[in-house]
Amino acid sequence: MEIEPDAREGSPLEPLIAIEHVTYGYEDRPVIEDVSLDIVREDFILVIGPNGGGKTTLLKAILGIVAPWSGQIRFHGDIGGRLGYVPQFTHFNRNFPISVFDMVLTGCLNATNYLRRHAPEHFEKTGAILEKLDIYGLQRENITDLSGGQLQRVLIARALVSDPLVLFLDEPTTAMDATSQTGLLDLLAGLQTEMSIVVVTHDPTPYAQAYRHIACLNSRLYYHGRGELDSLTLERVYGCPVEILGHGIPHTLLSGHGETEKRP
Amino acid sequence: MNTILSYEFMQNAILTGIMASIICGLIGPFIVTRRMVFISGGLSHTAFGGLGIAYWLGIHPLIGATAFVLIAAILLGRMEEKKMNRNDLFIGILWAVGVAIGIVFINLTPGYAPDLMTFLFGNILTVSRTDVYITLLLVLIVASALLFFYKGFVAIALDEEYAMARRFPVASLKMGLMILTALSIITLIQAVGILLVIALLTIPVAVASELSLNFRRILFLSILCGIVLCLSGLLISYFAELPSGASIILVGGLLLGTVKGAKRALVKRKAP
Repeated sequence: MEIEPDAREGSPLEPLIAIEHVTYGYEDRPVIEDVSLDIVREDFILVIGPNGGGKTTLLKAILGIVAPWSGQIRFHGDIGGRLGYVPQFTHFNRNFPISVFDMVLTGCLNATNYLRRHAPEHFEKTGAILEKLDIYGLQRENITDLSGGQLQRVLIARALVSDPLVLFLDEPTTAMDATSQTGLLDLLAGLQTEMSIVVVTHDPTPYAQAYRHIACLNSRLYYHGRGELDSLTLERVYGCPVEILGHGIPHTLLSGHGETEKRP
Repeated sequence: MNTILSYEFMQNAILTGIMASIICGLIGPFIVTRRMVFISGGLSHTAFGGLGIAYWLGIHPLIGATAFVLIAAILLGRMEEKKMNRNDLFIGILWAVGVAIGIVFINLTPGYAPDLMTFLFGNILTVSRTDVYITLLLVLIVASALLFFYKGFVAIALDEEYAMARRFPVASLKMGLMILTALSIITLIQAVGILLVIALLTIPVAVASELSLNFRRILFLSILCGIVLCLSGLLISYFAELPSGASIILVGGLLLGTVKGAKRALVKRKAP
């Protein structure tokens, strides 16, 4: 994403997060290599790629969960503290005995306030977010008793309660039936005016109408604007022929690509 | 009843039992939800090495045990920080080497080590007033640290990665929890002995988890359950002249079985 020289403060093109040549791996094997990506205001980035391609690792690097071997991640202003994260179910302790309300309430905490008592507005905000996501009635339920779709909403609520500027979701539709998927997409569409959204998924189909940029990650990153993606690139990323079917726009998604397919 | 309460050894035993219960109720739920039970077993057994060296040097055994367990906890914490995958291997080795050091040094010590069995199997009835004061100090340290950093410890027990994304000092919190676990184990060794510490860290939590699905309530119920176990085990030990540590644990096993059984019966009656 090029920044216009005259980009003003608050312009949609101003990068909130600039990921520059990031490499990271486990043991001595790099999982992501030389990945560069800008996340701008009101962006909706879809990061797709095969399992093991480094999608979750990229998120962890951006969120500060792992420290890159090389390269850097620059945050615009104080945005480093305003990242929302919706992890996969397998990445947290689902058996922890906690109610929906208390789980979402933990989203208000950060390094600077966790030693103090919860401020009154934490409780108000938690209630409001539960209401907004239609899970107010579940607030006393234990998280172990929730369905996949309900738990997903709780995790989104936890991320939203801290007023993030960028919301990261890791495979959010995996555990969902069709109805919950539609609900999630409506929700994300509504959030898009308030924050940038980054979705990591192996199945881009549900987001065909929502995304603005798409990044194909298989160790290296192949970055595209809307309408630049074709099946050849996908084939290179996944290592086998892939077909994308978008709801409503079956083939416009797959327009031709020229020299632009790999971003610096 | 009044007469047995007037014995100083009985007062010491009751005080130690209550303090041990507070400790296991506060730290046990964190150990269980963070899957640190095996780590706790390893730490408790390394205490034996410290005991052996303390006997050999002629200093108070608890000092040796505390030093050893703390060093082991810091080593384990460092390993976890470096994300070494062979953690359980190292715990197993620490466990055995700790015991071996203890055996060697006790063997080197001239004369007979009378309290040895006490430390292995625990005898809450022989706890001295000095031990009570040492335990009280440890309880105050562990309880105040746990309560002060409570939300931080909950955050890493619930979702460590999220806590990192929120910039919590996760590495320090993990190390802190490890050190508090070590100090708790020292306290519990007094009551039930090295071999049975794990039981006191797990059984009250298991009983409490059957009764509630709220973490805070589980902490509270675990303390209560621990007090019931320690006091009833103590009475059985006194009247039936059975070892106190084993009595406490067996009462615990029985209580857990009863609670689980009663719960199952209730569920069956509700949905025939």
